[in-house]
Amino acid sequence: MLEIKCPYCGKRSQNEFSYGGDANIKRPELGKEVSDREWDDFVYFRKNPRGMHLELWHHVAGCRQWFKVSRDTSTHEIFKTSKINEEL
Amino acid sequence: MTQKYRLDKGGLVKRDKEISFKFNGKKYFGYKGDTLASALLANGVHLVGRSFKYHRPRGFIGAGVDEPNAKVQLYSGAKTEPNAVATEVELVEGLVAKSQNCFPSVSFDFGEINNFLSKIFPAGFYYKTFMWPKNFWYKIYEPIIRKAAGLGVAPLKPDPDRYEHKFEYCDILVVGSGPSGLASALAAAKNGARVILAEDKPRFGGSLLTDEVTIGNKKGKDWADESIEKLKTMPNVIVKKRSQVFGYYDHNMMVMFERTKDHLENPTQYIPRQRLWYIRAKEVIASTGSIERPLVFGNNDRPGIMLASAAKEYLKVYGVLVGKKPIIFTNNDSAYETAIEFKKNGIDPLVVDVRKNIESSVIREAKNLNIKIKFSHAIANTKGHLRVKSAMIGKLNEKKSNFESLEEVSCDCVCVSGNWTPTVHLSSQSGNKLKFDETINAFIPNQSRQNENTIGSATGSFTLKKSLEEGFNKGFELSNKITKKNIKSDIPISNERINEEHDKLWCMPLPKNKNYKRCVDFQNDVYVSDIELAIREGFRSIEHVKRYTTLGMATDQGKTSNLNGLQLVSNIEKKIVPEVGHTTFRPPYTPVTIGAIVGREVGKDYRPTRKSPMHAWHEKNNAVFVDAGLWLRPRYYKQGKENLYEASKREAANVRSNVGLCDVTSLGKIDIKGSDSAEFLNRVYTNAWMKLPIGKARYGVMLREDGMIFDDGTTTRISENHFHMTTTTAQAVNVLAHLEHYLQVVWPELDVNVLSTTEQWAGAALAGPNSRNLLEKIFPEIDASNEALPFMGYKEADLYGVPARIFRISFSGELAYEINVESGYGVFMWEKIIELGKEMGIEPYGTEALSTLRIEMGHVAGSEIDGRTIPSDLSLDGMLSKKKDFIGKRSLSREGFVETGREKIVGVVPIDKKTMIPEGSHLVEDSNAKLPNPKLGHISASCWSVEYNNPFSLAILKDGKNKIGEKLYALSPLKNKSIQVEIVSSHYVDPKGERVRS
Repeated sequence: MLEIKCPYCGKRSQNEFSYGGDANIKRPELGKEVSDREWDDFVYFRKNPRGMHLELWHHVAGCRQWFKVSRDTSTHEIFKTSKINEEL
Repeated sequence: MTQKYRLDKGGLVKRDKEISFKFNGKKYFGYKGDTLASALLANGVHLVGRSFKYHRPRGFIGAGVDEPNAKVQLYSGAKTEPNAVATEVELVEGLVAKSQNCFPSVSFDFGEINNFLSKIFPAGFYYKTFMWPKNFWYKIYEPIIRKAAGLGVAPLKPDPDRYEHKFEYCDILVVGSGPSGLASALAAAKNGARVILAEDKPRFGGSLLTDEVTIGNKKGKDWADESIEKLKTMPNVIVKKRSQVFGYYDHNMMVMFERTKDHLENPTQYIPRQRLWYIRAKEVIASTGSIERPLVFGNNDRPGIMLASAAKEYLKVYGVLVGKKPIIFTNNDSAYETAIEFKKNGIDPLVVDVRKNIESSVIREAKNLNIKIKFSHAIANTKGHLRVKSAMIGKLNEKKSNFESLEEVSCDCVCVSGNWTPTVHLSSQSGNKLKFDETINAFIPNQSRQNENTIGSATGSFTLKKSLEEGFNKGFELSNKITKKNIKSDIPISNERINEEHDKLWCMPLPKNKNYKRCVDFQNDVYVSDIELAIREGFRSIEHVKRYTTLGMATDQGKTSNLNGLQLVSNIEKKIVPEVGHTTFRPPYTPVTIGAIVGREVGKDYRPTRKSPMHAWHEKNNAVFVDAGLWLRPRYYKQGKENLYEASKREAANVRSNVGLCDVTSLGKIDIKGSDSAEFLNRVYTNAWMKLPIGKARYGVMLREDGMIFDDGTTTRISENHFHMTTTTAQAVNVLAHLEHYLQVVWPELDVNVLSTTEQWAGAALAGPNSRNLLEKIFPEIDASNEALPFMGYKEADLYGVPARIFRISFSGELAYEINVESGYGVFMWEKIIELGKEMGIEPYGTEALSTLRIEMGHVAGSEIDGRTIPSDLSLDGMLSKKKDFIGKRSLSREGFVETGREKIVGVVPIDKKTMIPEGSHLVEDSNAKLPNPKLGHISASCWSVEYNNPFSLAILKDGKNKIGEKLYALSPLKNKSIQVEIVSSHYVDPKGERVRS
């Protein structure tokens, strides 16, 4: 079980959180024309890197804030966590 | 005195009172402090079980967790426990145990015929033999094999015991209380760190319990006792025995299994049987010690052949002689200590050492005691059916590849030692990539990946001096990183025997023309010949050899066999061991009961139960409840002898004709506030929200970005920047997380706050033609006319002093209202409505009637919003705004979503107007078509229409809208039904929606 540092609450066990996917994914702007390919990239296609991964987590059984985590997908090492509006 | 093999004195058992126990139906006696194994050995019982496959007689090999053979079934009935390890079971009065995997008894076992047929049962036998005929496998082969092989029997009744979980944090967790573990715990504790010291056995001290050593001028055991007493007095230390740390998980999460009850004579009812500890440790010190390896030779698996260290432990800890005519067979010095212990107790051992004449302090000591030693000798074979009775001993030739001569020596036990294997399981589980140590012929930890520190003999350094140094140094160094107190402990001076190097010969040659079975994995019946066969057949990877032969796959996880297997593979393949590599160490290190893993989360405590404030009223009024996620909702209110269908029909009909009351508290409610709330809803829902007037509700559908419908519900504008959203019961939690994601991550610039208020409001739905009259009676001061409170209208009102919200919304398709009050007033509201509604024929209705009402109206719910449908599939095209963008809109124009012929919602009525169509039935054109019969759609929901008094179903049907009027078949192979049906509109009742607006 991972130990994740919520930027608002501090270190907590993984069972308080839910995983929210790749943090690099940007939703296309509302109302903007996007090609099928661009839209599919946003909705469906994800990289599956071995190593450093920037991801979103939700402190769902805590402060209910979404935040960013940089984690090694092969070792589970967590390098850093930050609030959504901070650079990681 | 029945304990013929018990010494008069010595050991740590309490001889003042005998304890009686039963094994295989026979009564025996032992002492407090015994294990089942030591007590049986005290009575001369070696034969404890039969091997897995060949049913060969088996006895004890070890004295601890490494024991592969002595798996027994404890007690009977609900309390029975299969596969208990006799070397770990502590003796208590009345203990009942029996051997497993034998019939009719352990001494006479029919299954032993397999041993004589073993030539036709080699590794991979099942894979090769039971291939034909194919359908024989499930019905004939597998049941027979399962009966013949296998271990204990699982209990069939619920576990009567209680198990607990505990969460703990510490600076340093020390696993193992041998010399290095004790030293590190002492050093770390003295330096102010929060320490947990865990010991698997019922006694602290590890090797200090059996080794003749001194530490600081004290006997090793006395030093251990004093150290433990000292640690126990320190407030920053927790010491735990009977506690196995079995798993090393991510971020130094350690899981420990504590046995808290079974060893107690008179446990109180409040003591849990076992406890599972989740320990988050800043640093872990794995001082897990090492396990002796057996030597491999002909018929090395007879009862009476065991590890030399185990024989020493039975002697030193339990005062038990494992035999009176022992042969000690070794390739190293450590087994000499066993020989010396025998000699000191008046028994003459014979030592057989594969090494050439060698000198060391322990061998000199043995010689001085006149112990007979045969150097350059080895055991080629043994004899004795249910107990070893002799060994064929021969001189090894120069290359140690054959015997020069053989003589038969009688014996009643053989104590073997093939050197020591560091217990690296925890280190390996933590991610430490192990390396092979040539000098000890075993894997040791290399580079830590987590905050894992392995010390002592688990690293392959087998001297006490080094263990103590490592322990004190590591304990100080790690604790100082955390406490920075700089309090150092002195390392005491120690004294021990110095051992010479071991010989790498561990697998004895076979004498010419002999084909003795040489066992590698005792529990899983894997022999040298099986591994040779696997390699001959082309299995190269050690992982494949493992699975083909089942080497190391038994409940002991190959603690005594893995390394011997690896060495054998590397010998045959002419590779070095590190090239062969090792199989993966996975938790748990030792078996853990399911009870401990589950803990208190059983029965009703499996998960939380959510109840509405009116729950007690429902119970009083004979409600039968149904699980709706975590919620318990009334399914129907039973009157007399009614069943579900009768009751729900009555309740639904009453809504259509009079008025009904339904508890809708479980619907998700989300309070939305902020100046951008309308804009946010406009993005979240598919329809337009900017112009919703204050005091009005609107139905909305939300999509996922992939275009699938996510949820639906009504949202009401309470004031300019304040909305009240409702969601389905099932998706309430997910919708909130979804909204939070968009507000925090995607559009943080929006000024909106969302908050779950599901549990803050009690909700009651009032539905039926009489509902307006009743509403006027409940709230006499409001104008409830169709003009003043129209469909989708909202009003705040006063319920006898309690503030209430009235929403004119309908799920039943009738004229209906939903009333919300603060949860605490829920019962008051409910009872008031029932009281005032009596004269109008009010009746409460449950979820079954609720479903009936919505199905015949064609309102969609979870069975249609199943994550695979888009709005047009469910005739919700009208809900899609063309003027604005919203979540998931772009997906709706993707190829697959616009193609004609998608599966769409329709209504289905059986031609006979009588047969209920099972939900999940497939719709097909021809009921007798050849399989696979092409599926056109499926029945999503079924009810008995109270409006038309015949069955009605909703279905998702390919090109459904163009199939209205056609006749198809609904097939349910599960219920063995084939029903001819007609496709109709999904809006079966009131298709124009006049009633809700009346």
